[in-house]
Amino acid sequence: MENLKALSYDLRKNVVDMIMEGKGGHIGGDMSVIDILVTLYFKVMNISPENQDDPGRDLFVMSKGHCVEALYAVLAAKGFFPIGEVIEKFSRFGSQYIGHPNNKLPGIEMNSGSLGHGLPVSVGMALAGKMDKRDYRVYTVMGDGELAEGSVWEGAMAAAHYKLDNLCATVDRNRLQISGNTEDVMAHGDLHEKFRSFGWHVIDVKDGNDICQLTAAYEEAKAVKGKPAVVIANTVKGCGSAVMEDKAAWHHKVPTAEEYEQIIKDFAERKEALSNE
Amino acid sequence: MNKVPNRQAICEVLMEQAKEDKDIVVLCSDSRGSASLAPFAKEFPGQFVEAGIAEQNLVSIGAGLAKCGKKVFAASPASFVSARSYEQAKVDCAYSDTNVTLVGISGGVSYGALGMSHHSAQDIAAMSAIPNMRVYLPSDRFQTACLVRELLKDGKPAYIRVGRNPVEDIYTEDDCPFVMDRATVAAEGEDALIVACGEMVRPSVDAAALLKEQGISAAVLDMYCVKPLDKEGLLKAAQKAGAVVTVEEHAPFGGLGSMVSQVVGASCPKKVVNLALPDAPVITGTSREVFDYYGLNAEGIAQAVKEALR
Repeated sequence: MENLKALSYDLRKNVVDMIMEGKGGHIGGDMSVIDILVTLYFKVMNISPENQDDPGRDLFVMSKGHCVEALYAVLAAKGFFPIGEVIEKFSRFGSQYIGHPNNKLPGIEMNSGSLGHGLPVSVGMALAGKMDKRDYRVYTVMGDGELAEGSVWEGAMAAAHYKLDNLCATVDRNRLQISGNTEDVMAHGDLHEKFRSFGWHVIDVKDGNDICQLTAAYEEAKAVKGKPAVVIANTVKGCGSAVMEDKAAWHHKVPTAEEYEQIIKDFAERKEALSNE
Repeated sequence: MNKVPNRQAICEVLMEQAKEDKDIVVLCSDSRGSASLAPFAKEFPGQFVEAGIAEQNLVSIGAGLAKCGKKVFAASPASFVSARSYEQAKVDCAYSDTNVTLVGISGGVSYGALGMSHHSAQDIAAMSAIPNMRVYLPSDRFQTACLVRELLKDGKPAYIRVGRNPVEDIYTEDDCPFVMDRATVAAEGEDALIVACGEMVRPSVDAAALLKEQGISAAVLDMYCVKPLDKEGLLKAAQKAGAVVTVEEHAPFGGLGSMVSQVVGASCPKKVVNLALPDAPVITGTSREVFDYYGLNAEGIAQAVKEALR
């Protein structure tokens, strides 16, 4: 587990390098979601370059598609494509490594970018699994700001109606969106109760940037029968460096040279601190 | 008088094929009755998914199923599936390239008396503008059946629009010339060319008969494949014609008329007249009353051809 925590700091650096090279990217959300992705890809899901065409593989949909930089970093670490190529080509003219997931790339199942699509698409995938009596599981990650999209709740209704216990959604609850605090922009109220009332099993992760806590949550989700599960991961936007942490301005921002230096230093220090834990 | 609406023809083909092919999955949004798909839902409950009154859900769930190998037909009133779930059609079907056929039922002004919320006079333009989305408006039940059989063979997204009411047959069970993505010559003629799709093919054929009585020979091209438009077939037919008249149950912009005008204008310039619904809320009434009011009937089409030839 310590290795994965260290890995998540290395991947954070890859993300920042991508954004420096591509001159743009959703850096704040990348930092909040990356531990969720590392946990899913390295601890939870049965998916790798070797089994990417196997109909029995687990399926992942990045509903908050704008945080594709974090997904690229994790997929590269899994061996789907070389990280050097991603950093070099991210957002460049004619590049396949564009600012939202596209399924021309290995490891990416569905295109996304417009919010509120991932959950209903995942419902379809989970239904197919039930129809074909396959035991794969379907995972999707949404942003908390994304939950204002009505289609999320259409999907939430359907997932419970069809008792899709092979479906696990995650909410990257970093409490910030582009205009500010989620509770000021469009209040979530009692989010847990909202999902519960829709018929979901709700798992709260106190520190959504803690891979141990996340792993335990996904284990719990796997054991749920007869209903879908949602992991509400309380994360910190910009997690990894005080330069960015909990600041709405870092939703989409390219660090200056000085900021870059400080951010990389912070990552290294926090990674170093892991060995003293 | 034929009593089988095109939507029922779709259901019949899907039921015939679903017996052998367990990957065929039909979705509805509380629309199984109006889509004539209730018999499918009853006979193949394991291959039917109810999405509720949630068209966005309908299309996205369909795309997710298709990603996992299902051959998806998602049916909902054309007014909703082409507008409410437009983005799902664009992103989850066309952009992600999933094997989803969207079936817009009760298209055009089928729900004539229900008003503009239920009319789909924009669906051809909207759906055609999406890259990797095909648009089909079959004319009669036999052609509809041929089309659905072909669509089941390919793995690409498509949109079909059919009307609510039965339409008079144009072809017969034994004689329904059909080549995928090639327009069908529904009537031969030399003087003028009428290009029509969907429910407008029947009155166009009737118009050609009226014109014939008056000594004018008009060809009718059944352009069921609005996208990809059969350019070759269109130009071949347009070459010899004195004028081209397009007829569609759609707004005057971005539909069949616009596309035919583009092709004819670029490759064999001549007069092209577009008959369509107005750019205004359509008057309410039965389809027939609405068509008659706007001249989208045999007499109106024949008149337009004569004026175009003048």
